[in-house]
Amino acid sequence: MTATPGLPGAFRAAGSASFVDFLAALHPDRLPMPSEPAGGLAPHGTTIVALRTDGGAVMAGDRRATMGNLIAQNDIEKVFAADDHSLIGIAGTAGLAVELVRLYQVELEHYEKIEGLPLSLDGKANRLATMLRGNLGMAMQGLAVVPLLAGYDEARDAGRIFSYDVTGGRYEEHDFYAVGSGSVFARGSLKKLFRRGAGTDEGIRAALEALYDAADDDSATGGPDMARGIYPVVATVGSAGVRILDDEELEPRVRAMVEARMARPDGPSASDAGGGS
Amino acid sequence: MSVPFYVSPEQIMRDKADFARKGIARGRSVVVMQYDAGIVFVAENPSRALHKIGELYDRIGFAAVGKYNEFESLRVAGVRLADLRGYSYDRSDVTGRSLANAYAQTLGTIFTETPKPFEVEIVVAEVGHTSADDQLYRLMFDGSVADERGYVAMGGSAEPIGTGLLEGWQEGLDLGACIRLAVGLMGEHGDERPRTLTEAQLEVAILERSRPRRTFRRLVNGELGVMLAH
Repeated sequence: MTATPGLPGAFRAAGSASFVDFLAALHPDRLPMPSEPAGGLAPHGTTIVALRTDGGAVMAGDRRATMGNLIAQNDIEKVFAADDHSLIGIAGTAGLAVELVRLYQVELEHYEKIEGLPLSLDGKANRLATMLRGNLGMAMQGLAVVPLLAGYDEARDAGRIFSYDVTGGRYEEHDFYAVGSGSVFARGSLKKLFRRGAGTDEGIRAALEALYDAADDDSATGGPDMARGIYPVVATVGSAGVRILDDEELEPRVRAMVEARMARPDGPSASDAGGGS
Repeated sequence: MSVPFYVSPEQIMRDKADFARKGIARGRSVVVMQYDAGIVFVAENPSRALHKIGELYDRIGFAAVGKYNEFESLRVAGVRLADLRGYSYDRSDVTGRSLANAYAQTLGTIFTETPKPFEVEIVVAEVGHTSADDQLYRLMFDGSVADERGYVAMGGSAEPIGTGLLEGWQEGLDLGACIRLAVGLMGEHGDERPRTLTEAQLEVAILERSRPRRTFRRLVNGELGVMLAH
């Protein structure tokens, strides 16, 4: 940043409340979408799951990042609070994805500060789609970012989930969804464990089970690491806002699930259908 | 052909300053002060939409008196500067001092270079991790900056309110006491005769020292009424 003492004209010009637009006009080089092709392997984030619960939503992500057949990181965080009432999880090229989240967080906060009101949930979902579309060139070169958005919609008093494709396509998911390399297995698992109207606790349990199933069949998804105390990142959103569970809260839940898997490695059976109790 | 009268630079500056001062004095007052757990902004402002108080960044707030369109453009510029700096570097690199500097430069340039100066006075307040680290910068229409301690009063009745604060304010007052002090003084001096200001006529926000990340919060949903009723 140049050391201009005053506020340059661009800062005082009438314009939209979008920080991304402002940044693109003033410093396009600081956007997370680099203008030159990036070669080589970059760490890749894997599985994120999200499901709707009664009056909100739950999102969880494993902690692994991979580089080819290596584990690049075993405690990466891929689920974030986008603002007070929405969560964003990311799969794909980790470096770009984390930067995209950072920019998205500023975008939402910037709008809220300038307009005095937060964006609607649909507005947030659309804004993310636009930002993603800007990364299409990178995605074509193999550096794709695939986010998952979950938020509380005040107008409907309900949680909602949005999935995206690399071209910025935005799709609302009505029950649950998963993205990333282990998503196929996670989605299969959620299909059996999800129950409409489930409470937050049941939702968290279903998300943990789904991630475990993803890690079971996908080498790029990490399971809970009890020895190191590395558990999936689990967050909830509802009318009271976003809450990211801390390790003390997660540990007993993860331990209970892992112990149940000792007896039955493939998870809850049809006899305890209705949500992994 | 008429020859324009010579007007000395001193006279021009004096006229501009008088003009700006008059504009500012027409408005209602705003008080910014430290309380035991942060910084509180109190404005007499019946409008729910046109704010005089705003959030600039995690620990930095903004308050202004004068012409709405002028200080609103400054507030938006401040939010942009803060967000740009925080995004480019780190959130902890956004400081009240740098924002106050940018405002001072901007107001100074406008005052000297344009025929009509801004009729505004603003405060940039930053809540520190202890009350000793709190910073209150008061910026005048001509770009001059004052680094204040404890409290600042601006607007129409800034002087009598400031005198009242000098007597009534002390370090360690709680939030309710600070708000009642400010509201009492505003009611006493804002108009020809004393009146009692109600919740609907006030805009109050705080920077809460202990909150993580974004510390700015407006007092809404009857919170203010409870404090005033004590």
